Amino acid sequence: MSDRIRVHDPRGYPPKVVGKRLAPRLASLEGKIIYLVDCLFDNSDAFMEQLRQWFAAHLPKVVIRVISPRESWVDDADMRAKVAAEGNAAILGVGL
Amino acid sequence: MALEERGIPTIAVHTHVFARLAKAAAMANGMPRTRQAFVPQPLVGQTPDQLRAYVEGSDPVSKRPFMQEVIEGLTKPLDQEDLKGAALDRSTPRLLEPDTEENLHELYMRNRWTDFLPIVLPTEERVEKMLKGTKIARDKIIGKLRPTAFREFWEFDVEKVAVNAVMAGARPEYLPVILAMSASGVTARSSSTTSFATISVVNGPIRDEIGMNSGIGALGPYNQANATIGRAYGLLSQNLQGGSVPGETYMGTLGNVLAYTACFPEAEERSPWAPFHVDHGFKKTDSTVSVFFGGWYTQSGYGPRDSWQAKFIRCLTATEHYQQPLIVMDPIAARGFNDLGYSKQKLIEWCSENARLPARDYWDDQWITTLVHPHAVAGVEPYASRLKAKPDEMVQLFLPGDINIVVTGGETQGAFKMFGGRYAGRGPGTFNKEDPTVIIDAWR
Repeated sequence: MSDRIRVHDPRGYPPKVVGKRLAPRLASLEGKIIYLVDCLFDNSDAFMEQLRQWFAAHLPKVVIRVISPRESWVDDADMRAKVAAEGNAAILGVGL
Repeated sequence: MALEERGIPTIAVHTHVFARLAKAAAMANGMPRTRQAFVPQPLVGQTPDQLRAYVEGSDPVSKRPFMQEVIEGLTKPLDQEDLKGAALDRSTPRLLEPDTEENLHELYMRNRWTDFLPIVLPTEERVEKMLKGTKIARDKIIGKLRPTAFREFWEFDVEKVAVNAVMAGARPEYLPVILAMSASGVTARSSSTTSFATISVVNGPIRDEIGMNSGIGALGPYNQANATIGRAYGLLSQNLQGGSVPGETYMGTLGNVLAYTACFPEAEERSPWAPFHVDHGFKKTDSTVSVFFGGWYTQSGYGPRDSWQAKFIRCLTATEHYQQPLIVMDPIAARGFNDLGYSKQKLIEWCSENARLPARDYWDDQWITTLVHPHAVAGVEPYASRLKAKPDEMVQLFLPGDINIVVTGGETQGAFKMFGGRYAGRGPGTFNKEDPTVIIDAWR
């Protein structure tokens, strides 16, 4: 039909998404080291402190360590390596 | 997600307004079943007791107890869906299926490929014509953009930029400026909750070659080049980076009117000072575009009046401190300062020295706390010294290198405006100042 026109798609080229697997879950948290990763957003340290206190009160056999990246919005490889080397699980927050 | 790949079970906690964004980001990273738990928005300003109530309360997304979500997220065995991950084909076609103009306009709006003002449909013929504005090969990959640091980059070529330039209503002769903006690495559609926009300043001979307006209404809707170049930068940013969709790839709580278009040239010939690009190492004969990331505030005034110093201090200390000021002056105001013995650099240094606030007020700023405080704790100057200051001690807000001055306007009044605008290089949301000004001549 003459009134049909062809136009360009305005979008860019997305990267290929490769499926990744989740890590196996823990059978129990008891005796395990959980890192609370404070992402450094305003008041996230206060939230993590409440989370730490909750574990202390309800699951005292879980070892809680609080850690932060060296700055906001940055992938801190050293921090990640430390969590991976020394921790059994991680709770990140409070991020966007 | 990087921790999951290293074998560490992880759960990420977000506030509930980020639920769609968090799930979309997990999908784009190939891990759609990433464990997430949500607390109510806001977190900022909540007392310890209120935060404790978040922890002991329900996840507002799943409606289940928050801590149950957290503990099960780390301990509940994975199922088959978890184990396979999710590869995703999001490839985009070069051309869309033929349709009527009316239907295509609807499609563009439905897909959020516009800014909801009328666009020019990018037909093959119009895009061909636009591409005559550059000698660069249409299929050359020239850049990558993303809405924020934690999202994936999307790439684009010259043709894709030309498509968005057509949509904005630009002429082919504007294309080199638009290509240079696209190659800046700075998105004009940041997803930040803080509602960023970009402000772009053009210098050099191309201003006159393409008929830009540095006279009356330079920052307003009175010139095709100014208006459509700025608009093209916004459209190409949202479309080439994978979207700017509220709740998914855009989270600016108020939005920003400067995001429609904000591009103007400097009135170099009527300024008493060297052009902006010459201050930054370029030749006067070079054509450049400089991007300022921000647009959070506007302060206005006239000058220099007898009380200009008090006025400037009020304006500078009223700024959002994380966002350095871009001072835009009419040539009358610039000449007035020059006649008072202030070179551009001397005026910048005066602003830097005199814009001070009590340390208490400086550190109470949300984004100073979020983004600058970690630098201060790490010992990075000048932030570390500001952190050591006593609460009542006056601390400097901006270093001279943070403040920029550009001259433009029609000399109907000796006005100035201060805009939030960080002279930005690659990497939105960072302090990186690499390549903040892009030379346009390379894109002709």
